This record gives sequence, structure tokens and C-alpha cells, in this order.
Amino acid sequence: MRPAPSRLPAIACAAIATLYGIAFLGAESQLAVGALLALAAAAIPLAARTGALDKVRDSIGANQKTFDGAAIAGVLAAAIFLHQEHFAILMMTTAMLLMVAALGLTVQFGFAGVVNFAGAAFLGIGCYTAAVVTKYTALPSWLTLPAGGLVAALIGSILILPVLRTRGHYAALVTIAFGILFKTFLEVNDTLGGPQGIQVKPIVLLGWNFSRPIRIGDFVASFYFSYLLLALALLAVSLAFVRRLERSWIGLSLDAIRLDEVASACYGLDVARWKVLAFTLGNFLAGCAGAVYGHVLGFIAPNNFTFGDSLILVSIILLGGIGNVWGVTVAAAFVVILPEKLQIIQEYRFALYALLVIFILLYRPEGLLPRPLRDYLPGRKASAP
Amino acid sequence: MSAPLLACAGLTCRFGGLVALDRIDFAVNEGEIVGLIGPNGSGKTTLFNVVTGIYAASEGTIAFAGADITGAPPQAVYWAGVARTFQRSRMCLPLSVFDNIMVGNHKRLNHGFVFNLLRRDAFAAELRRNRSEAAELVTIFSPRLAALLEEPAARLPMIDRRRIEICRALISRPRLLLLDEPSAGMTHEETRDLMDDILAVRARMAGLTIVIIEHEMGVIERVTDRCVVLNYGRKISEGTFAQIAADPQVQEAYLGVA
Repeated sequence: MRPAPSRLPAIACAAIATLYGIAFLGAESQLAVGALLALAAAAIPLAARTGALDKVRDSIGANQKTFDGAAIAGVLAAAIFLHQEHFAILMMTTAMLLMVAALGLTVQFGFAGVVNFAGAAFLGIGCYTAAVVTKYTALPSWLTLPAGGLVAALIGSILILPVLRTRGHYAALVTIAFGILFKTFLEVNDTLGGPQGIQVKPIVLLGWNFSRPIRIGDFVASFYFSYLLLALALLAVSLAFVRRLERSWIGLSLDAIRLDEVASACYGLDVARWKVLAFTLGNFLAGCAGAVYGHVLGFIAPNNFTFGDSLILVSIILLGGIGNVWGVTVAAAFVVILPEKLQIIQEYRFALYALLVIFILLYRPEGLLPRPLRDYLPGRKASAP
Repeated sequence: MSAPLLACAGLTCRFGGLVALDRIDFAVNEGEIVGLIGPNGSGKTTLFNVVTGIYAASEGTIAFAGADITGAPPQAVYWAGVARTFQRSRMCLPLSVFDNIMVGNHKRLNHGFVFNLLRRDAFAAELRRNRSEAAELVTIFSPRLAALLEEPAARLPMIDRRRIEICRALISRPRLLLLDEPSAGMTHEETRDLMDDILAVRARMAGLTIVIIEHEMGVIERVTDRCVVLNYGRKISEGTFAQIAADPQVQEAYLGVA
């Protein structure tokens, strides 16, 4: 038996990522952004060649709790360092919420193989639920988070029948049609604000208004800071949930129906039931993320939830590595933050993503971070016989 | 004599105008090894597919262990105690060997949400139990394979994949095992090894009944108690290997009219 990998590479990786994140988010000039990108482009292949990346991967695999803690500490450290930079805090929050939505898509597409090209629509259902709950009902505003998830899961169940009855391209078309219908529905519905959109009131929890700056003594943080904390909590819970799901018999069953429906059916797996489960769970996660996103934006309109936005979610899981939870988080950060910082590409970001996805599919079809084999009980292996 | 474990009566399966199975009567007794043979396209695999519920029977009935399973979905047939392998390997190649075997163990695994997500210690205990059970089963086939449980299935050569597929079918302790050409694409030596393994497993699993589709007549002669011969969807002969080998209709089906 090999000795258990040390914790150091995992912690070092989290620390370097944090420092890089702070530098990148805080970079003012385009030159600095470009230099940081060049640095990453040079450092990552170098780390791969020297075997450092393998060390980091083994270390993270063996010391997951340590790495989870280090990652959360890293995000908090970056947030505290940049606490007055509204835009940086907003980008971090958005990235984390898209990570949650992309995790939902991972459960659907990455695990169960159910395509969903309407990710943005389910995010939008969460947003609009938050708007409706805070505008038209007297329910406490923190309820919008679970409500967004539940409504998304419920509306998603309309799609279940056509998605179960179709395969491949056809199932994709069904979800594309749903996304477009959703946007059109919003545009003509006056109760939901029509094409102009609708305001989403902030979350107020025990007198703590999430949209006001946090003040603790001399420390005055951005008015997005509360939402950043909420998004981080939601991301941590979602990540833990999706990871445990993967490392269980449920995850195994989802993989089995994705890979071979006929063989799965012959071994007793109820293919429809598992697909429904994955689809519903994924939409729930997207809806929860959407509810928080609605509060963050403060004002939402149908144009926030276009087919293009759904494609961005799909490109996140293709880039990150289909079914790999950490891959998805890295890709989401990349896809959200890069175009905001590198303004030259802002206009061409769709073209850039398209090229990237094509390159990935051609040369690294399993994504930047391919999904490893299932390890049901990471870290406990040494004690097993 | 007690009722057969599997009894198909007048089983017919049509695809449009094509009659793939034509009024087949087919019975398998508990503990038997039955060979199902016939030229290509004679309906052997179709018979398996109808029995396991992948195709619906156009006419006729199927009874398993006394219960009518005609028209039952594949899941119900599996739960009743029938497991099968496929002519063309159907493994989940990106998954580990252990995962592949566990797919076959679906009915004995706890799929509860609370159990899987929150009661991780209980889950770990169930996992350990299944790991050792899978290792034990695989060891019968090949001790070397037991060390490869955590490897991706894609890394195994074809003969080992076949072995793992048979393990996947056996892990849930079925009463009836349907083997669809387990030796397809193997050399003579590999085929012999695989058959030895299957017989060894059967010796350990008292009462396991097997129906095997096979083209290699040496294999059929060696392992089966009884054979059923199909041609153009009809049953043309039935009996011990010596009996069917001597049957002029069987010779005609295989060799053409003399």
C-alpha cells in the first residue's frame, strides 16, 4: 500500500488559486489581465509536465475535507480582501451561482445523460419565483430560495414526459423549445413585468437586509457581500450533495442508465424513474441558484434568460469535464469572469466559447478535468480490508 | 416430475411480416444446463429478448417459477430471478469493474435517499460487504481479476470483460442464467477456460439453471444436459447432444440438403 498522499499539495493548490483569483479579480489594466492569463497558460502545462498536477490531484483525492475547507477559506479570504470592490464581489457571487446551476446540469447530463438545453430557463424560473414571492406574497423573503428550487422542479415536471419519450437530438430540441417558450411567455405576461422585467426585493433575514452593505466596526463591505456569503453556502451544500449522490448506489444507477439503457433495464433499473429523479434534482438546484441570482440582480427581465445563456451553462460542463464536480466549478469561474475582465473579448465571447468547446471536444473530449472513477469513500480506503 | 422453472408455450414473435419466433414450446427444468443452438438468424437471441421482456411476445405465454411473466418488463423479469448476458458486450466501459458488477446487484442494494446520502457509515458497511462478495465471485473466475476491481472496465481484454459480465449476471444470485454466446470472438483455449469457469461457478451455486446460446459444438457437447435447436424461428429438434447431432433435420439446417 502506498503511503497516503500529503495534505500540502492540496492546501498549496487552494492557496495559489486564491492568490491568483484575487490578483485576477483585482487587476485593473488589460495588460495585467493579459499577463495573468499568460502566466496561467505557461504555469499549468509546466505543472503538468513536472508531475506537480498529479501530486495535487492525489492529494486532493485523499484529503478531501482539508481541500474543501481550504477552498471555502480561499473564497472567504478573496472576498474579504476585495470586500469593497462591488464588481469583483458580484462576479464571484455570479460565478458561484452558475456553479450551482451547472452542478444541476451535471446531475442531469453528466450522471443520468438527460440533456437540458434550457438551463437558463430553470435559473430564470428561480429568479421570477423570487420576484413573485417578494412582490405578491407576505411570505418571509428567505423562503424564496427553497421556493425557487421547488417551482423549477415542478415546472420541469411538465417536460418530463416529452423528455422521456424522446432521445438524443430530439430530447435536446424539446428542451430548446421549452427555453424559448419560457422567454416568450415572460415577454407577454404583464403580471411578471412583460419585456421590461420585474423588480426582485432583497432578502431580509431577522432584520438583516442582504442588499445593504455589511458594517462591522471599520469594516464596510460591498452591498453584494451578504449574497456572496449566501451563494457560498448554497454552493458548499450543493457540492456536498452532488458529490455524495455520485458516491452512492444512486450515482451508480444514474451512470448505468446513461451508459446502457437496455442492459440497465435487464438488471432491474427503472430507467424512467432514475431519469425523472435526475432531471428534477438538477432543476431544483438551478432554481435555488436562480432565486438567489434574482435577489443579487435586483431587477430581472426576459432577456437575462436566453437560449444563449443556456448554451453557456452547457459549455461550462463540456469545458469543465462532464460529470466532474470540481471541473464544473473551475469552468464556471472561467466562463463568468474571463469576459468581464478581458473586455476585448466581451463582444466575441460566444464565438470564443464556441471555439473553445470545439477544441475541447476535438482534443480533450472528456473536458479539462476528466471525471475520475467513482471512489465511494474517499480517504477511508486505507482502513478497508 | 415438478413443473419446469421456465416454460414457454406457443411463443411467437413477429416483426411486421417477419416471423422471428414461430410457436416455440420451450421448457427448462431447475438445475439443468440447456443449449440453445441453430444457424444465424434462427431466433435464439430473439427468444432471450422475449423471455427477458425486451421484446413483447406476439402470442404465447412465458411462465417462470410458476408465475406468468408474459409481457412483463425487463425489470420485473430480473426481479423474478432471471439474469442474462448479451451477445455483444454491454459493459459500462468508463465505470470501474466493481461498479459494473454492482449494476447487476441492483435488487440487493439499498437505493434509499437517506441511506445513501446521510447514513454513510451504514452505506460503508454495505459497500464493504458487496466488495468482498464481488471479489469472492470474481476469484472463482480468475484470482488475478479480483485485484482489478477498481480498474476501469475499458482496460480489460475481451475475455475478462465476458467474465465480468457473467459475474454481473450472477452477483444477484439469479435462479436462471441466460448466456448469449459467451465465447463469441474468443480462441479455443479462451473458450475452454471460460466454460471451466462457468462450470466451477455453477458447482458453487447449487441449483443454478443455465440456458446457453453457443455456436461452438464442442462446448455444447461438453456442458449441456439437453439441447434445443431452432431454425427459421421454429423448434426443429430437442434432446441430448447425441440425439440432436444424429437428427437429419438438424444436419440439414446446418449443412443444407445433401
